[in-house]
Amino acid sequence: MIDLLNLMAFHAAYAETIDSDRLEQWPDFFAPDAHYRITHVENEQQGLPAGIVWADSRAMLEDRVAALREANIYERQRYRHLLGVPLLEAADEHSARASTPFMVARIMAHGETQLFATGVYRDRFVRVDGKLLLAERVAVCDSTVTDTLMALPL
Amino acid sequence: MSDVQAIHWADRLTRVPYAVYADDGVHAQEQDRVFRGATWNYLCLDAELPEDGSYRTTHVGETPVVVVRDADGEVYAFENRCAHRGALIALEKSGKAESFQCVYHAWSYNRQGDLTGVAFEKGVKGQGGMPPDFCKEEHGPRKLRVAVYCGLVFGSFSDDVPPIEEYLGEDICARIERVLHKPVKVIGRFTQALPNDWKLYVENVRDSYHASLLHLFFTTFELNRLSQKGGVIVDESGGNHVSYSMIDPAAKDESYKEQGLRSDHDRYRLKDPSVLAGFDEWPDGITLQILSVFPGFVLQQIQNCLAVRQVVTKGKDRSELHWVYLGFEDDTPEQLRMRLKQCNLVGPAGFISMEDGAVGGFVQRGIAGARDQQAVVAMGGDVVASGEGRATETSVRGFWKAYRQHMGVAA
Repeated sequence: MIDLLNLMAFHAAYAETIDSDRLEQWPDFFAPDAHYRITHVENEQQGLPAGIVWADSRAMLEDRVAALREANIYERQRYRHLLGVPLLEAADEHSARASTPFMVARIMAHGETQLFATGVYRDRFVRVDGKLLLAERVAVCDSTVTDTLMALPL
Repeated sequence: MSDVQAIHWADRLTRVPYAVYADDGVHAQEQDRVFRGATWNYLCLDAELPEDGSYRTTHVGETPVVVVRDADGEVYAFENRCAHRGALIALEKSGKAESFQCVYHAWSYNRQGDLTGVAFEKGVKGQGGMPPDFCKEEHGPRKLRVAVYCGLVFGSFSDDVPPIEEYLGEDICARIERVLHKPVKVIGRFTQALPNDWKLYVENVRDSYHASLLHLFFTTFELNRLSQKGGVIVDESGGNHVSYSMIDPAAKDESYKEQGLRSDHDRYRLKDPSVLAGFDEWPDGITLQILSVFPGFVLQQIQNCLAVRQVVTKGKDRSELHWVYLGFEDDTPEQLRMRLKQCNLVGPAGFISMEDGAVGGFVQRGIAGARDQQAVVAMGGDVVASGEGRATETSVRGFWKAYRQHMGVAA
């Protein structure tokens, strides 16, 4: 049975991976055919399917990391994720659904920190060979406005 | 704070004084002469007002505006400001309304922006009330002229602005029709806060020179090489432009390799190239078309990724970019899926556009001590003209030609 502690351990590892700039390992939290999307609460309420990031494979997430490392130009920055207690909506041996609130601060190279995003992860987990993976993660931001640009993933 | 005329302007369009990008006086004049002047400003999509009473609130520069469809099927727009004390009349981003009522003192308006009701106009039990000579017809928020073109709703505070098709020009009209040739549907909305004056963004949009230099993703996948087939169209006013390109697999391009520029990177290949596997939608072979309308509207086709962008000013050195991602009503599920994938290319996290969110801020910060200095906009000479090839700043100069005309600065 997938339980709350399993999910909290997963979230802690996920957040640490992004916040410590180990982006190359970030796609490993997803199943090969996972869906990942970053959107906001108004699009979700209105059933609008687009995302500012939209992927239907782990390979697309790997490509995004490669683009961030090799192609895209942005000021050096990092995130600090604070994740709330997951609300476990359904769970069995092999799968689970949960919602988990997040706050993400962005720390710029020059030293200033700002609250960059708040929202909720709407997640679907699967257990594959004993390992918990995201089959779907929709990061639903509370604000409709993104400041400047979103380079690193939520 | 200064008057735009007090700034030193070169007599050529190849120089732009940095003083125009961070000045409260200039900003106030722009609101009056550009946004509320003789221009057409994008308000919303016709498709976003599906029924009688459907409305949206938006901004023309910083002026709040309500856009609404009345029972006659026509679209009306008026300033979102109560005629009484100036409070916002409509508070929601969108909705459906029989009429509008200000929350402050319950003055009410019909869908055409006419003041129709004043609470306690005759007083209460013979006490108070408005003076008997108060005439509701003489009070009301300012109304905009409205023009709907290819499903785009434009508004103008000016009685002197030419009809929309004349304002756009024949070439720009044709390029809008090319993309918006059948009913669209909205597939998402996102807002990007830009840490810079609005002009730095609308210059960036018109700047075909930077695209393949700043945006590596484009170049690496041969979406946008300067030596691809393509060109730039600038209309007669200078303010409206189209930049377009088409992939030409026959002409393998060596110009970047020769120059050894950063933006050619052989190591970088996609693991999931489906993001670029667009479907054949445009018989003319154009894979990229960026179109702008003075002052703050952009229509974008990048492969199958369609969007409109509206620039909203937020003071002298901030602005917002409102993205509306589009598909067509008759898209198949597979076509919609392709558009959703290609949304990764644009927006605040877009592979080929995230840099545009930051680069205006780099300029804004870079020019903080340089009010008396000027930017150089000389690629392609000093002309404002349509042409082949995109290693030119012709449409940036076009923007300044139109801007100077509206602001009353001789060129």
